Amino acid sequence: MLKVENLDVYYGNIHALHEVSFEVKEGEIVTLIGANGAGKTTTLHAISGLIPIAAGSVRFLEQDLTAALPHQIVQLGLAHVPEGRRIFANLTVKENLEMGAFTRKDPKGIKDDYQMVFTRFPRLKERLKQVAGTLSGGEQQMLAIARTLMSRPKLVLMDEPSMGLAPLLVKEIFEIIKEINATGATILLVEQNAQLALSIANRAYVLETGRVVLQGDAKELANSEEVRKAYLGG
Amino acid sequence: MDFLQQFCQQTLNGLSLGSIYALLALGYTMVYGIIKLINFAHGDILMVGAFVSYFVLKQWGITPVTLMLSFLPAMLFCLTLGVTMEKLCYKPLRNQPRINSLITAIGVSFLLENGARVLPMIGPNPRVFPTLPVVNYNWFGLVSISQVQILVFVVAIFLMLVLNYIVSFTKIGKAMRAVSFDKGASALMGINVDRVISFTFVLGSSLAAAAGILFASAYPQIEPYMGIMPGMKAFIAAVLGGIGSIPGAVLGGLILGVAETLTKGFLSSQLSDAIAFGLLILILVVKPSGLLGKPMGEKV
Repeated sequence: MLKVENLDVYYGNIHALHEVSFEVKEGEIVTLIGANGAGKTTTLHAISGLIPIAAGSVRFLEQDLTAALPHQIVQLGLAHVPEGRRIFANLTVKENLEMGAFTRKDPKGIKDDYQMVFTRFPRLKERLKQVAGTLSGGEQQMLAIARTLMSRPKLVLMDEPSMGLAPLLVKEIFEIIKEINATGATILLVEQNAQLALSIANRAYVLETGRVVLQGDAKELANSEEVRKAYLGG
Repeated sequence: MDFLQQFCQQTLNGLSLGSIYALLALGYTMVYGIIKLINFAHGDILMVGAFVSYFVLKQWGITPVTLMLSFLPAMLFCLTLGVTMEKLCYKPLRNQPRINSLITAIGVSFLLENGARVLPMIGPNPRVFPTLPVVNYNWFGLVSISQVQILVFVVAIFLMLVLNYIVSFTKIGKAMRAVSFDKGASALMGINVDRVISFTFVLGSSLAAAAGILFASAYPQIEPYMGIMPGMKAFIAAVLGGIGSIPGAVLGGLILGVAETLTKGFLSSQLSDAIAFGLLILILVVKPSGLLGKPMGEKV
């Protein structure tokens, strides 16, 4: 579904990604794990078109995304829940969801998806008219995910959905991610919390200083000596 | 009674002048809100709008109907100018340091002013803007309101209501607010950020064109530099109200207009600009984010 090949990305003079290659197949949850600054977020930004790709290619559903603009990529069914949620704090919850459906032109489908979002996140329904900046951290993360679902994505990129949330909420968010995957969307998950990410993923890639150093089945990686030492705290 | 009468009259005059500043200030504040640029050429759009209307009225003759109709070509011309300006001058600099586009804006301003001076059809000499015969209406023996002031109020309030509708309730208006909050996240929603920025220039420039016609109707002498002072005042109004805030621009414009006419009426007409700029300094010292502006630096 998504095929990233030999991706090279620079921030000014800094070579952030070195020939990163990986693949996400339809229906999977794939996770990219690695330490701070390993290039996880950069990889997602490159796929979404937020930063230019210096070399290599990104293909999604047989289309070349390497030079595509962010808003074109969303239209193809590839959505991105950015790191730090980045909800529109000055807009209401309802307006945030509308922005999620920005590219769509099927009023009936959009209406159905509101219902889908409200069943999945009943708390958002209660707060529909509220300005999004007044939501709690957990609710903001739910809104960020809900907003993305409004574009009816085939593939969702999720960047650090557990960031800054209490353990109980993290559990809830991860349950939601599993549900979203179960109802048909493929997921590419970036997480610092490697243990948690590996527990729900099918496959994983380990990034280190901008390179893919390990890859494989999530369960096997979670049990491998190397990964345990480096990322799972023993 | 005499004092009260003059106070009311000057306040009314101030609100009328302030509405024109407010229309212009809206353009400054919206453009700033979305690309963090002070578009110094914005005041000159007012001049262009006034000239377009001038040529139309010279062609058609001046009647209330032609005056109202002349808003259309003036606004259309100016919005095209505004969008072109953005595409040619500001868009290529968007990822450069902000100071580059700021200096470019000053350059664009000079280009418009002096370009107009060079054009044979405009030229450096002031011209008389066609006006309707003056009719004053008396309200309760307290204030007299002129036809032009009524025009200013009606047009300004109408345009502000339209703007409020667009920004609050339409999809593109919501997208404008989203983009002004977070461009990257907006792009990830599938919003074409460039198009939203263009649309902001469309709104701002059409309002400036309308302000130009109203300004020329109130002070019927037009020349290529006529946009500088109202442009400056509107910029102050936008900062006063909190740059980036739409209600702030309206409030700032009205306050500035009233302050100016009250100074002219009660203190001295030479001091009025000093008061306007003094007000700016005061606000910047006491509340740097402006009356309705949000304090900066909250983004995590």
